[in-house]
Amino acid sequence: MATIVKGWDRNQMAARAAKELKDGYYVNLGIGIPTLVANNIPSGMEVTLQSENGMLGIGPFPYPDEVDPDLINAGKQTISELPSSSYFSSSDSFAMIRGGHIDLTVLGAMEVSEGGDIANWMIPGKMIKGMGGAMDLVAGVKRIIVVMEHNSKSGDPKFIPKCTLPLTGRNVVDMIITDLAVFERPDHGSPFKLIELAPGVTAEEVRSKTTANYVE
Amino acid sequence: MQKIYPNAAGALDGLLFDGMTIAAGGFGLCGIPERLIDAIVASGVKDLTIASNNAGIDNEGLGKLLRTRQVGKMISSYVGENKEFERQYLADELEVEFCPQGTLAERMRAGGAGIPGFYTRTGVGTQVAHNKELKEFDGEEYILERGIRADLSIIKGWKADESGNLMFRKTARNFNQPAATCGKVCVAEVEEIVPVGSLDPDCIHVPSIYVKRLILGAPYDEKIEFVTTRERETA
Repeated sequence: MATIVKGWDRNQMAARAAKELKDGYYVNLGIGIPTLVANNIPSGMEVTLQSENGMLGIGPFPYPDEVDPDLINAGKQTISELPSSSYFSSSDSFAMIRGGHIDLTVLGAMEVSEGGDIANWMIPGKMIKGMGGAMDLVAGVKRIIVVMEHNSKSGDPKFIPKCTLPLTGRNVVDMIITDLAVFERPDHGSPFKLIELAPGVTAEEVRSKTTANYVE
Repeated sequence: MQKIYPNAAGALDGLLFDGMTIAAGGFGLCGIPERLIDAIVASGVKDLTIASNNAGIDNEGLGKLLRTRQVGKMISSYVGENKEFERQYLADELEVEFCPQGTLAERMRAGGAGIPGFYTRTGVGTQVAHNKELKEFDGEEYILERGIRADLSIIKGWKADESGNLMFRKTARNFNQPAATCGKVCVAEVEEIVPVGSLDPDCIHVPSIYVKRLILGAPYDEKIEFVTTRERETA
């Protein structure tokens, strides 16, 4: 008996996000599933990846004998440079981000509200790592895509009417890609619309697993 | 004027006092002024307020100053991967001001550039905006953030000439460049000190005016938080 394919796995979610890339884009990818978007850039398309610790043009992971402690990404992993790469300070890096020069960012989230608020940096009393560059990215990048599981490990919806966790940004998210569906809104005054279902997923199922209001 | 000191303790002589504010460069373990941090640990100076993107990891970087409990307050954007930090924070032994990464970089840059405050969209509608002035520009809300003026800046560079002109290498520039400008005194440690005239003036990242004291920190161990590699394709 064939296995019934249902929903998208992590890499398929990243591949779906990669469909939003355009030739010539400058893009910042968050840690986790968003990083996998880099493996799904369509061939022939020129996309430059920014690392907020001060680099444009992130190359692949280095060969073992080319690991360089002075060359890391924002997740503190060793990386390599490309012939087109450039380096700059953290203040220049965030001038780039805050100044609206980055076309797209893909981030993970713990919660997204129906009004486009995002929470992804803190669980009071539990996780105290800090926001890093996430608040700057959601405030400054032209288009914000969230990639996250539709429901938490305990089954709770993550696309909800109002965030319960401390916010990373208010009314900033443009698109949400989950393992079940894609939601998008044309501007920050409009509600999200369900625009795509993952294989084997029905609109009814999405509705039953979502508490946020959205347009179908 | 002689800017080169024989060691970190000598370069910090007369600059340290309890309750002072220090701006530190580095991102994770990349480009951290480790010789200067070691000398600050050894000095025993305490109740420090430290502005640094990260707080080191256990027993590395600023983690060493946390272990000896010389830090009263951290101004940082990301403090993960540091158990002692987490313990002190949850036990209320350490004050932490979480500051978005770009806001922290700009606070250092602004402080060094004589700009006492600036408005930014970063953090609007979040707890970062608490008790900060809100102002509308062209229909958008912004919050007022303050520039940072530190008593001391500590940075790590790649090469410096004897006059203090300094260059960084790859992503080790990070917060070192803005941090260099925002301290009343900036002390730099570098991997190599070269004679004046050996660096291309067009390629200087920190002009000598900012670097008041300089030490040769080499040799350095290669410290990496997460080594990630790919396999070499077989021919």
